Amino acid sequence: MGDSALVKALRAIVGEQNVLATPADLAAYAYDATPLYKSLPDVVVFPGSTADVQAVVRLAAALKTPVVPRGSGTNLSGGTVPLAGGIVLVMTRMSQILEIDAANLTAIVQPGVNTALLSRTVEAQGLFYPPDPGSMVISTIGGNVAENAGGLRGLKYGVTRDYVMGLEAVLANGDVLRTGGKNAKDVAGYDLTRLLVGSEGTLAVITEVTVKLIPKPETKRTALAIFDDLEAAARTVARIIAGKIIPVTLEFMDRGTINSVEDFAKVGLPRDAEAVLLIEQDGAPVVADADIIQIGRICREEGAREVKVAATVEEGTKLAEARRFALSALARKSPTCVLEDATVPRSRLAEMVRFIGETAKKYNIEICTFGHAGDGNLHPTCPTDERNHEEIERVEKAFAEIFAKAIELGGTITGEHGVGLAKQDYLEWKCGAPGVEMMRRLKDAFDPAGILNPGKVLPGSRNRLVVRAK
Amino acid sequence: MSLAESLSAQLREEEIIQCMRCGFCLSACPTYKLYGREANSPRGRIALANAVLRGEIPLNDITLPLDQCIGCRACETACPAGVHYGTILEAARSTNERSRPRGVFARLFRKVAFEWILGTPGGIKLAGFGLWFWQATGLATVIRGTGLVKAIAGAAAADLDRAMPAAPSPAVRRAGGGMGTVFPAVGPKRARAAFFTGCIMEMAFYQENRDSIRLLQAVGCEVVIVPGQGCCGAVHTHAGEEPLAYEQAKRNIAAFEAETGADFIVLSAGGCGAALKEYKLWFQQDQQWALRAAAFSAKVKDLSEVLVAMGPLPLKERKGRLTYQDSCHLRNVQKVVSQPRQLLTAIPGGEFVELPGADGCCGAGGIYNVTQPETANHLGNEKIDRLQQTGATTLVVTNPPCQLHMQASLMRSGLDQRGVAVKHIATVLCEALDREESQ
Repeated sequence: MGDSALVKALRAIVGEQNVLATPADLAAYAYDATPLYKSLPDVVVFPGSTADVQAVVRLAAALKTPVVPRGSGTNLSGGTVPLAGGIVLVMTRMSQILEIDAANLTAIVQPGVNTALLSRTVEAQGLFYPPDPGSMVISTIGGNVAENAGGLRGLKYGVTRDYVMGLEAVLANGDVLRTGGKNAKDVAGYDLTRLLVGSEGTLAVITEVTVKLIPKPETKRTALAIFDDLEAAARTVARIIAGKIIPVTLEFMDRGTINSVEDFAKVGLPRDAEAVLLIEQDGAPVVADADIIQIGRICREEGAREVKVAATVEEGTKLAEARRFALSALARKSPTCVLEDATVPRSRLAEMVRFIGETAKKYNIEICTFGHAGDGNLHPTCPTDERNHEEIERVEKAFAEIFAKAIELGGTITGEHGVGLAKQDYLEWKCGAPGVEMMRRLKDAFDPAGILNPGKVLPGSRNRLVVRAK
Repeated sequence: MSLAESLSAQLREEEIIQCMRCGFCLSACPTYKLYGREANSPRGRIALANAVLRGEIPLNDITLPLDQCIGCRACETACPAGVHYGTILEAARSTNERSRPRGVFARLFRKVAFEWILGTPGGIKLAGFGLWFWQATGLATVIRGTGLVKAIAGAAAADLDRAMPAAPSPAVRRAGGGMGTVFPAVGPKRARAAFFTGCIMEMAFYQENRDSIRLLQAVGCEVVIVPGQGCCGAVHTHAGEEPLAYEQAKRNIAAFEAETGADFIVLSAGGCGAALKEYKLWFQQDQQWALRAAAFSAKVKDLSEVLVAMGPLPLKERKGRLTYQDSCHLRNVQKVVSQPRQLLTAIPGGEFVELPGADGCCGAGGIYNVTQPETANHLGNEKIDRLQQTGATTLVVTNPPCQLHMQASLMRSGLDQRGVAVKHIATVLCEALDREESQ
């Protein structure tokens, strides 16, 4: 089989070694971290510069070939599965931290910079980049921006969106768009920065990001509250916030999750508890201490059987790291792990947790729930087996009910994973017909030919287990 | 059994589907870090095996990605889902090997190397003699001068040939004790240790094995070199020769069962130890051997585990800055991390410094440095750069392939001419051993 004209043209742009087209290489870019989705690209390209991206996009536009931008492929909504084939544009070669500006508290990075590396690098200078998605050990900033990734520190510090001040992006016609910048205040026109954050690669290819930094908090305290009653734990979350304390982290894990995490991380989580809350507070030592004491009191008032405070920062970090493994650790339970991220206002959390339990019973499936309780962002996770089609059907019905309930409680279908392929059917429930229509018009304005990550976000192209024959 | 069913069993489908593709393993994988390609990552290789299983791509398409894996298994330590990557890799390699087209010479070479030499205790002994003959008669010097080694075996093999330590003469081997020899404990006997010699270890690192025995004696072990043992079989699994690997394992299990008085089985090669400890997994599905393999694996200990548990060693002063490179299979599979460091830190007058990135693979990977020299040498050179930054004069290792590969990398850099040496942990500890107290 000779190389196609597309492959040859791409090699001329980025060089021989930065274009992959063997069957094995294509099969290795057919998926991301989302279960059940798979679709082969026609070619995989690693651009090294904004100019490379421009040339690739121009070529794709001329050939009407899809372009699917991708970082490390850890997203959980099928956002980087090349549904319609085409070019997978892997941004990991563009991995330079271009500037850290201590006077303006900003950093300028290329999209392929690893999230954990950026965190470590700025922390070494006494600065702080708060967004910390679960996959930060391998995820990229570009991917985080495209998905508007959340994380464990979202409660106090917000999500990726809150730290993106400016972007450089290549538009569908190959032109370069620059938005925002280092200015703390900037109201020049529509806020295109915010529009591109979370656009899942459907509007433009992000090639440079200016992020906001803050001073690194002095210290951190960690506590673990152990509950024998699931809903009491959920109620406690709303009580803490109502008590006018905003902890950095307020994470919830139910019994199934606790045991899976403990199997892997062995940090001494109580296997017999119905739920635990992992609570972190940072700041000046006196403030962090006082907050943790106050939070502990509230937990006990709401029925916590025990509140443990980590003796050292390291011990606390170990607990928080263990929580980070929750999703993958749940995957130990069975071959397939379907994870969702229904989100509700905090005050409705207890109701949502109860409803998830009832729904699992109704459909005779197991659902383990963990999540960023402080954000009302739950991750009901179902260990199942993709080969059991009948059970998968029940799982899908159960989750549809969970999404409907979340909307009913004033919540949303996805808190931080994005719509991608997985949530398209439910987008209109949240945004309404006019909302979806306006999104369609935005998409048309940015990408009239529909070459940028086609078939994502907007409803209409949802297909599971799609494997295109070559 | 249908073709699809047999492929499912051969490729270990039940392990493959445990991977949920979270990508955490990518951050631990040396070849992903180097090349940034999904097919060079554990998640990618598992996905490819899965694609073969589903009939989406042919088996031969994944040969290259499989060959490019070093097999360091650092991904397993990063995997929260508990996927047994090693099992998947070895099954895929073995399945792939069976359908792989190979030339006449390649097949002959594999037969000689894996069956005749490493496949029998006699072959190992003969190869040890051959190595001595090659070095001692001056044959090596003459032929190396002609560039013939490089021409026939390639630059990588020529590098390793030069890095090979001086093999002992047959007379030295006779004096040093072979199969069946019992070495008495120094002082009161506290335990009886069944020593596993290994193949390359006994051929080329004979002195390191004898140093290991001496250290065991010094902490009160009576040591026996169990007769009838052979190669551990790890090299066969790396090469996709699974049936041959199982043959080695069965021979060793039977040989050590005959030695009923031993408290444990001990060895000083990280990679072989990992294989011995995993015999229990190799034979999990084999009713006849499962229990015997489990009993064997439960008794295996690395030298450093025994020395820490039964120590302290009687040590005198040994000056100089030391650093330590983990053996991947000692660290990632055997989970032995702190013991070698404890032993080295305890040497009076020495100074132990941590090698940055010591937990990352050096690139040796059993036979990887011969099959994939470019990647292996890149990783080896990186290690030497970091070694230089530590200012250490001794790089301590615990596995023969790492030792050879690090020695070859050191020689390429020229650091060996400036007083820097690569040494096995047994050598270093023996240099510090108080001879009077350990007689």
